[in-house]
Amino acid sequence: MSAAKLDSMAHALGERFGGALRRRESSCGELSFDLEAPDLVDTAALLRDEEAFSFESLIDVCGVDYLGYGQVQWRTEQATGTGFSRAVQPGDAGSGPPAAEGGAPARPRFAAIYHLLSLRHNLRIRLRVFAQGENPPLLPSVTGIWQAADWFEREAFDLFGIVFEEHGDLRRILTDYGFIGHPFRKDFPLSGKVEVRYDESKRRVVHEPVSIEPRTLVPRVIRDDHRYRPELRAEPSAAEEGDEAPAGG
Amino acid sequence: MAEFQSYTMNFGPQHPAAHGVLRLILEMDGEVVVRADPHVGLLHRATEKLAESKPYNQSIGYMDRLDYVSMMANEHGYVAAIEKLLGIQPPVRARYIRVMFDEITRILNHLLWLGCHGLDVGAMTIFLYCFRERENLMDCYEAVSGTRMHATYYRPGGVYRDLPEAMPRHLARPHRKGHRDAALDEGRDGSLLDFIEHFTQRFPARVDEYETLLTDNRIWKQRTVGIAVVPPERAINLGFTGPMLRGSGVEWDLRKKQPYAAYADVDFDIPVGVNGDCYDRYLVRVEELRQSNRIIGQCVGWLRANPGPVMLDDYKLAPPKRTEMKESMESLIHHFKLFTEGYCVPEGEAYAAVEHPKGEFGVYLVSDGANKPFRVKIRPPGFAHMAAMDEMVRGHMLADVVATIGTMDVVFGEIDR
Repeated sequence: MSAAKLDSMAHALGERFGGALRRRESSCGELSFDLEAPDLVDTAALLRDEEAFSFESLIDVCGVDYLGYGQVQWRTEQATGTGFSRAVQPGDAGSGPPAAEGGAPARPRFAAIYHLLSLRHNLRIRLRVFAQGENPPLLPSVTGIWQAADWFEREAFDLFGIVFEEHGDLRRILTDYGFIGHPFRKDFPLSGKVEVRYDESKRRVVHEPVSIEPRTLVPRVIRDDHRYRPELRAEPSAAEEGDEAPAGG
Repeated sequence: MAEFQSYTMNFGPQHPAAHGVLRLILEMDGEVVVRADPHVGLLHRATEKLAESKPYNQSIGYMDRLDYVSMMANEHGYVAAIEKLLGIQPPVRARYIRVMFDEITRILNHLLWLGCHGLDVGAMTIFLYCFRERENLMDCYEAVSGTRMHATYYRPGGVYRDLPEAMPRHLARPHRKGHRDAALDEGRDGSLLDFIEHFTQRFPARVDEYETLLTDNRIWKQRTVGIAVVPPERAINLGFTGPMLRGSGVEWDLRKKQPYAAYADVDFDIPVGVNGDCYDRYLVRVEELRQSNRIIGQCVGWLRANPGPVMLDDYKLAPPKRTEMKESMESLIHHFKLFTEGYCVPEGEAYAAVEHPKGEFGVYLVSDGANKPFRVKIRPPGFAHMAAMDEMVRGHMLADVVATIGTMDVVFGEIDR
């Protein structure tokens, strides 16, 4: 996809939808837009039907939980004076100090991301729509426009608990029958909450609280030297930094 | 006795024609399906969540296990998404190796599909024929990565190592007479490329063999012609991709339309169906076997003539050479950092799609700048196809449900993730 083609499509979308579609910067040459939930269905119908866009194919709907975005478990700006222990202690898994910017405006926690494909123009765009509310997060359904959304929305509901209004058949899809919770939310433990085994004495399958201790093998770190992208790198010499080996290295 | 017409039938999840663990709730009116409700997810392993808890490189192995009959194609999608976010391009030789193995993977996948689809509707021989050629291609996987299936061969920045100079041979087996060993080692005298070339030369005749079994076979046609017809506009609306979309007559192939790796430089054709039924999808896939073979032949020629690096020379992404690690402290540190912490990917998001044997396999990555992905979304082609199950089988007979599952080429590793 050439950059000129992307720009002309971005221009056409801007002309047609004005402020409803807000373009987001993309570092890898993709068209990405933010959209408000109430505008979603109308905009989607126009994107599919109007000749200039004809995004007839919905490739994917993806739920995202932005809880803990940009947070790290291990600070890397300064060296330690006391030596290294396990970087993440049990109990504070996933709750490290926030990254540099402290007062970032709060954004809604859940979003659905729609990947559209236009076969006619050979173009993709991405729409991000934040869900309204958190309990439950609400979004309108686009199943009426693309039939393909049916299972993808069911999946986002199952894994993130995003409720798609007027979906018609919003059941769980990937998790087990009788599963409780939404496993891909960032506050759902990786090891799950219940474990299942066959109880010899009761002669049936029993569900018990999980006995696995969650632990972090590799702490989450953010290093901002951008060493892989020459255009983002401030100074060429920055590439040599960030190599302090932990004890034992 | 009370007369009843409509009843509900349970199909699977343990059924040989379900291609894994598919449970179908079928509402039947006599022999005719009124409504089909597929229950998927019995193989759900939360691959995406696991990938979010690990440095990027450690999840490549999970990708093999998604669609476990087209392993390297899955890896390609994931690795391409990381490369897009990092803003790197693998060396050209690595791109050709990827194309060659993508096509080997396509043949592997289509052979398994052809064999199982045939078996589902009652053709036994085709199954055995297909597995014969699969074995040779599995050996190519093994030669290059050390494993027959879950290769973990593609890495961000290239491929794990260059193609081997010698093709592994069968061990002498003293308890056997030994007269068949020479036949087993046919074509293995030279390098891997020689072996693959030998394969490409005899494969078209093998495809002819498959076609003699099925293409004009009366029973095969009775079971597939006019079954599960999907018109092109419905196929697009349902999110179909790959052979399912091309079978309906839509000329759409990411290898041509949005070329990645080295596909822009190889010559091949896209087969397209006419009627959008199971038979057309069969014809499309069989022709894809031939086209893939053509691409592999071109790649072999190019790879012979153009030696070079197969991995970026960047120790932030690729491990240093073993010998270098023995001599240089810097290399040792790089190795340690790469295999413990991994590398940080700049903040942003990327969607990379490849033309997987089953359709469009896409990986959407959200990175917040950390050494682990913030969100990985895998777009499995089979998921959208399976979702159309109800529409495709409605009004068909029960036996056609099996043909429809076969024609969708479903593998639950990717649908359930």
